[in-house]
Amino acid sequence: MSSGTKTTADYIQHHLTNLTYGQLPDGSWGFAHSAEEAAQMGFWSINVDSMAWSIGLGLVFTLFFRRAAAHATAGVPGGLQNFVEMIVEFIDETTQSIFQHKNDLIAPLAMTIFVWVFLMNLMDLVPVDWLPELAVLLGVSHMKVVPSTDPNITMAMALTVFMLILYYSVKCKGAMGFIKELTLHPFPSLAAIPVNFVLEFVSLIAKPLSLGLRLFGNMYAGEMIFILIALMFGGGVAFFIFGGVLQWVWAVFHVLVITLQAFIFAVLTIVYLAQAHETEEH
Amino acid sequence: MNLNATLLGQSITFAIFVWFCMKYIWPMLGTAMRERQEAIAAGLRASEEADQKLASAATNAESEMAAAKEEASAIIEQARSRANQMVEEAKDEARQEGQRILDAAKAEIDQEMNRAKEALRADVAALVIAGAERVIEDNIDASKHDTMLTKLASEL
Repeated sequence: MSSGTKTTADYIQHHLTNLTYGQLPDGSWGFAHSAEEAAQMGFWSINVDSMAWSIGLGLVFTLFFRRAAAHATAGVPGGLQNFVEMIVEFIDETTQSIFQHKNDLIAPLAMTIFVWVFLMNLMDLVPVDWLPELAVLLGVSHMKVVPSTDPNITMAMALTVFMLILYYSVKCKGAMGFIKELTLHPFPSLAAIPVNFVLEFVSLIAKPLSLGLRLFGNMYAGEMIFILIALMFGGGVAFFIFGGVLQWVWAVFHVLVITLQAFIFAVLTIVYLAQAHETEEH
Repeated sequence: MNLNATLLGQSITFAIFVWFCMKYIWPMLGTAMRERQEAIAAGLRASEEADQKLASAATNAESEMAAAKEEASAIIEQARSRANQMVEEAKDEARQEGQRILDAAKAEIDQEMNRAKEALRADVAALVIAGAERVIEDNIDASKHDTMLTKLASEL
């Protein structure tokens, strides 16, 4: 905890508030000073911390992998190339086992999702107070360092995947084919069209929602538990030691969670896009 | 935790990173890995072929070795029989030569003996006449007793 004058609620609130830039109540543009103020900014505001960490981690991914790709040789690979190739092969095998059609976008898309989401999730393992307190010292009021605990980030990726699902559905099945799938399935009769449409539309909308909210929910809950464990450090020596042990246990468990969540996001993206490419009736 | 323009920003960022990965990362790594796979596969194939060649060379060498051994023993056998034959021939020749020398020697001895007999025969007549003259103390006309002398000499 940063200072004794803060209450526990304030501490948690501070950790869960983004650094939001938008139009302030007085009409000028600037950073929101509280969660309420950020909420009042409406849609045309931006979570600067989420975007900065997200772009920064994306750059880490692209620069590292680009470096490996630029120096890639068919000879004996070096350490970096070996590591990158391991991931490429893992993604390639996963993609080929799920996605049987010809599309050069799917595997790079899955790899970008897997590595980028993994890196964003990885920020959860940085002790919760380090970077926000450093930001306060530098004069920045709020700093949420795990982009995947921001629903804007996870939903943006889910919606982008959703756009691709719609695009490839129409492209592969044709507009009529896609409409038929939404209306004449699972009950192939004219009378059942409304029922079919409700069922299919819900399952279609459920794809991006479940994709984005699953990642957000898991990471938000994980972050929350780290924050709650961090609260124990202010409660005396016994609590400090107990909290330290808990944090270690939760972090070890979280290594599994962040990898799994990144993998699930990538695999479900491949599965959904494979379904979008499916043209035969079933 | 309100939805705002971060949604758009992240979508655009996402699209850019995916595009970059598809354009500048994935193909290079894929190509390098495919090439390496092919090189390794070719190497394995080559080593398999070399193994097979080595095995066939070994069997070749073995059969050639066996053939050479057979030939060598045949040559030795031939040489041995030739040597025996030569020894036999030499023995025959030596035997014939010895026989010839022996025959010649015998012929010469016979000849000498005959010559000695002839000489003896010539001397016998003279000796007989001389002995008889001594006995009868008179000359004997050898020509009167020629028939008897010749008969006596031939009895020798």
